Amino acid sequence: MNEIISALVETVREACAAQGGLDAVTACAGGGWNAALWTALEQIGVTTISVPEEHGGAGGDVAAAVAVLKVLGESSAGVPLAETALLAGWLIAGCGATVPSGPMTAAVAGPGLRTDRQEGGLAVRGTIARVPWARHAHHVAVLDGGRVVLLSRGDFLPEQGTNLAGEPRDDLAVDAVVPPSRVHEVPAGSPISEAAFRGRAALARAALMAGAARRALELALAYAGEREQFGRPIAKFQAVQQHLAAMAGEVLLATVAVEAAALAHDTGGDADVAVAAAKVVAGQMAGVVASLAHQVHGAIGFTEEHSLRHSTTRLWAWRDEAGNEEEWSGVLGRDVMSAGSPGLWPLLTGTR
Amino acid sequence: MKDLWGLEPVTLPEELGVLRADVRAFLADELSAGRIASHCDQWLGGWDHEFSRRLGERGWIGMAFPARYGGSASGALARFAVTEELLAAGAPVAAHWIADRQSGPGLLRFGTEEQKQEFLPRIARGECFFAAGMSEPDTGSDLASVRTRGTRVEGGWRLGGTKVWASGAHRAHAMIALARTEPRTADRHAGLTQFIIELPDPAVRIRPILLLTGEHHFNEVVFDDVFVPDARVLGEPGSGWLQVTSELAMERSGPERILSTFPLLAAAVGHLAEHGDPAGAARVGAVAGRMWALRQLSLAVAGRLEAGAAPAVEAAVVKDLGTRFESVVTDTVRLLSQVVPDPGSSLPLPRMLAESILHGPGFTLRGGTNEILRGVVAKELGVR
Repeated sequence: MNEIISALVETVREACAAQGGLDAVTACAGGGWNAALWTALEQIGVTTISVPEEHGGAGGDVAAAVAVLKVLGESSAGVPLAETALLAGWLIAGCGATVPSGPMTAAVAGPGLRTDRQEGGLAVRGTIARVPWARHAHHVAVLDGGRVVLLSRGDFLPEQGTNLAGEPRDDLAVDAVVPPSRVHEVPAGSPISEAAFRGRAALARAALMAGAARRALELALAYAGEREQFGRPIAKFQAVQQHLAAMAGEVLLATVAVEAAALAHDTGGDADVAVAAAKVVAGQMAGVVASLAHQVHGAIGFTEEHSLRHSTTRLWAWRDEAGNEEEWSGVLGRDVMSAGSPGLWPLLTGTR
Repeated sequence: MKDLWGLEPVTLPEELGVLRADVRAFLADELSAGRIASHCDQWLGGWDHEFSRRLGERGWIGMAFPARYGGSASGALARFAVTEELLAAGAPVAAHWIADRQSGPGLLRFGTEEQKQEFLPRIARGECFFAAGMSEPDTGSDLASVRTRGTRVEGGWRLGGTKVWASGAHRAHAMIALARTEPRTADRHAGLTQFIIELPDPAVRIRPILLLTGEHHFNEVVFDDVFVPDARVLGEPGSGWLQVTSELAMERSGPERILSTFPLLAAAVGHLAEHGDPAGAARVGAVAGRMWALRQLSLAVAGRLEAGAAPAVEAAVVKDLGTRFESVVTDTVRLLSQVVPDPGSSLPLPRMLAESILHGPGFTLRGGTNEILRGVVAKELGVR
């Protein structure tokens, strides 16, 4: 990590400590968000990190965004930074437009959404399922084939839903005529595609998981050091030590995988394999770390009063968002099968 | 704990692409000409001194040595690229493995000028092979408990004791053995010394310990009052522990902790693409994804080694996760291919499946059992 990113990460960490403490996290749990933290992150200038400055973004690369997301995941921060920066900001800037201010989210138009050109703009009608943070977003960037449609608040009604951690995942009922100023054509030769969208969403979730898992590990370490049974801290039992070491190994593997995938993105490496692998490994890690963290905590970790749940419910939620281990394993499996025996090694080393 | 999270991913420098392509072309030629055959776990089982010599001719052994000792002063990352290519191809690398991975670097770091000149150029040429003398009948994971004794005599030392699991000692030209040279004190890591014992020696008895397959790789090595001159003490008498632990960081984090069963996976992919249930592709994908990630972790540790650090804890993580993964590969292939393992088969898949199953127990034992390695991690986490 270079010094600029290190300093940035430190600043974000301080903002999370100041604005995103346990009370703030708990307050978000029923579909809320942390507006004060968002304001602090805007002041730091990271809410559009990785979006080029000439399009109104904060600049920086995907690796920097991933570094910030790890801290947000660690803090269970209730802010749509992944959606604003890595998805909506990327879509809008990728069309050569300028990103608007405020929190955003993004989605791919599914079969439930119809668009028709008509006088005054583009008529957009139908539904989009489980859009993260939609009720708090000022805009929703929708990738609809070869164009990006920027929905404003009045263009849709969010039917409120949440994920396992209580983060907003709203079904949108869209009925609007979107003016041409908010309909952007994806330029020819652009890297923007549904697959690329899915990959960035997966990388973002993997980065958040790496952070949340680190917190779950730290809570387990602290608890194992404090909790005494049979006259000594449970951390002195080898069986517990082995659990903690196994957690640390999984967290380290997933963390390096996520960072390496971000690096592949930024350096023009084989990001498809890298991102798929990072999401697979992060998803596997999420299950192992959440279950061991609870095992180490005993019954208290299984209660609403204990903060462990903020991290573990996020791990359980995020591993299934943007494609779970099985989906991304399937993607990799198809790549591997078409590479065949001689192509497997070049595929894994990015030296095709 | 800070150190553990400071590990950073590494992008291999572009110039290593040329080196990698050279190694690949060389291996393709070796395989197609039938000079070598692809097997699993070849860094234990694949002893072929002619092949080692051919690698030496190309400068792919002892790459880290300075030119005056026969190397090319290439860093840890260049060595990483070469060794992972050799392992992925299932090439027979056992003969020079210990010398290249740990004995050579140990000599370079701690040896005298005379020792470096004597051994390093021959190692780099693939003409001088080493065995490691660490474990003993009563000393496994608890390495500081070694009982082999070195006693000072005129002009050198007398060594008495027994080493076990010494891979390739029956064919090696030398062994680096860890011995106690001062009585044990409260500091159990003090008073240990590394000796270079040139082989064969009439006072060194080497007896095979056959693997459960009957293969001869391991040996029991008995030092029967063997004389070791002062010139064959490695490093400072008494600082053997420090030297041996620096060896372990190199020993635990390399691509050989991930790739022992890779030749099986590669062979299986072709078979499964033709005969497999398409639903099984995701299982193979999951394995491939984890392998990609483990390789990134191993590379990140190599990056730290290249920068001169001794990332012992990170190395322990690579070994723990990587070696358990090696047998996940075996099981995935076994279940999906439904091929019956057969060590005598003329077909690669049943043969390599047999090799992977039968060599499997060693993966999580060699280089420190995984339980001990998790103990190393727990200590770093502050709970031990």
